[in-house]
Amino acid sequence: MQFVVCIKQVPDAANVRFDPEKGTLIREGVESMINPFDLNAIEAAVQLKELLGGEVTCITMGPPQAETALRDALALGADKAVLLSDRAFAGSDTLATSRTLAAGIKKLGGADLIFCGKQAIDGDTAQVGPGLAIRLGIDYVTCVSHIEVSNDKKSLLVKRAWEEGYDLVQIDFPALLTVLTCINTPRVPSLKGKLKAKKTKIPVWGAEEIGVDPSDLGLSGSPTQVVSTSVPKFEAKKEMLEGDVDEQVEALVDRLKQAGII
Amino acid sequence: MGKVNYFLTEEQQMIVDLARQIAEEKIVPARAQLDEEEKFPWDIMKDLAQADLFGLYIPEEYGGLGGGCFENCLAVEQLGWGCIAVTTTYAASALGGYPILLFGNEEQKSKYLPDIAAGKRLVAFGLTEANAGSDAGAIQTTAVEDGDYWVINGTKQWITNGGEADIYTIIAMTDKNKGARGASAFILEKSDPGFSFGKKEHKMGLRASATRELVFTDCRIPKDRLLGRRGLGFIIAMRTLDLARPGIGAIGVGLAQAALDEAVTYAKQRIQFGQPIMSFQAIQHMLADMATQIEAARAMVYNVARTIDSGEKDIAKLAAMAKLFATDVAMKVTTDAVQILGGYGYMKDYPVEKMMRDAKILQIYEGTNQIQRNVIGQALNKEYTIK
Repeated sequence: MQFVVCIKQVPDAANVRFDPEKGTLIREGVESMINPFDLNAIEAAVQLKELLGGEVTCITMGPPQAETALRDALALGADKAVLLSDRAFAGSDTLATSRTLAAGIKKLGGADLIFCGKQAIDGDTAQVGPGLAIRLGIDYVTCVSHIEVSNDKKSLLVKRAWEEGYDLVQIDFPALLTVLTCINTPRVPSLKGKLKAKKTKIPVWGAEEIGVDPSDLGLSGSPTQVVSTSVPKFEAKKEMLEGDVDEQVEALVDRLKQAGII
Repeated sequence: MGKVNYFLTEEQQMIVDLARQIAEEKIVPARAQLDEEEKFPWDIMKDLAQADLFGLYIPEEYGGLGGGCFENCLAVEQLGWGCIAVTTTYAASALGGYPILLFGNEEQKSKYLPDIAAGKRLVAFGLTEANAGSDAGAIQTTAVEDGDYWVINGTKQWITNGGEADIYTIIAMTDKNKGARGASAFILEKSDPGFSFGKKEHKMGLRASATRELVFTDCRIPKDRLLGRRGLGFIIAMRTLDLARPGIGAIGVGLAQAALDEAVTYAKQRIQFGQPIMSFQAIQHMLADMATQIEAARAMVYNVARTIDSGEKDIAKLAAMAKLFATDVAMKVTTDAVQILGGYGYMKDYPVEKMMRDAKILQIYEGTNQIQRNVIGQALNKEYTIK
């Protein structure tokens, strides 16, 4: 079985601050990490590999420093890693990103099962996983909270979580799953894995290597663009209500009605 | 902020980072409940196994990482920062594994070490008895030859990992008349006939660690379980303890560091008389002493561990010093941390009360700090006689 896990390096959410003037993230001095959902995707792939045999390859599109995320993934049990990095990829929206990843995975020789996190915690779109499956022409299930392998090992029975419950979906290989953080507890990295990760060669593929027309990539291949961003402002008003308890309650109900809350 | 450069290799830094990650993500969130419920930390042992930490000191040919005393110290310092009950459980497995590594024959090593390195089987070390603590030569457990077997009788007391471990290295008397030279070391397995477990102790601190009696009633084990030679038991025990003692010092350093971290964080937030108590010189001086003592203890532990790894054979005094100084520092620093947190420090809502309860055992186990002073004193006596 060939497993591929798509991961994204994101800024450490706990330490991110916004520049209110420019409306952008202040990335300087903020450590990067693997998108939390993707850690569960890696764990799910490694668990299935341990059950079914095969190989787990992690792939990411990003700047050269995204290599550290791939090395972390290797320490968590992935066997191989590929970095898709090229100036031509800069400014990709979810369409261009899924095209790039699809081309990278094709160059790898395809996969029996592809894992993505449900969404990245910086962009929060949850579109790249499904988009990638469409571009590769394979079936997919999003928001997976549980995986079971069928007896003949040719398909999976997965739970797709809803707010009120879940669907039980059977899906044949090849397939793509996007996973939730509740699906498993990512293992701690191992020392031997870390030592191996340090030595593993990580190929870097650009637009030419994956054979995609540059006009389909990056900013020029992205029909959506972020025109501007702004930091939401919270304006709070303070008012002391006078009178005895009944009068105060009445005044409060009035205010809430005026504000359209009740 | 200036930090002391300990000139760690990339691999050593990796060990520090990984142990710290496990301490932060797995140990700290669980420690209060494990302590309250006196619950054995199996989940965390599995994480440590997954992280390859059980194989730190075991040679690569047996599936370990080939590290030494120093690598072990680096790991337990960070784990001890999280919880020393959990760390003691982990470290006791190394204590039980050392005799096999140091004195086992090839067959014994290849039978046991790979499983120990993989964290598949936990180990315990059994020396102490009701009437043989500091006076280790007074042990009464006996091992008698009977054809192809040894028959063991007696009771070991306060054995860390007792009942939970799979493999036990124990010391028993094979020739009662020869005193310390009549002791031998054996490998026991949990499933050996006649091997059972007595009462589980309830302790002041270190409550997540299992402390239990080992009871041998005509326990028959095959002849090939003898470690080293007959009569070598006391030497095996002492060599093992010499190697393990810097690790106890390192656990003390980690615990003291955790207490300092809590105390400084609290002192910066706690407002009294209109200002953070950190601004008061009385508090600052306490914190300054704590930080200075920790740095001194760490330097000593690291230097002793590195000296041991460099091949120095005469290590008893140095190992005793590292254990003695760092664990006395841990007791003092945790006590002062409770003082700085005042009434809050005495409450279970803050972690320092547990740290102070836990710290006390460091001055007692693996040789009381009085015994460490004996070892140092005797070594000094010998050193100056030779000159």
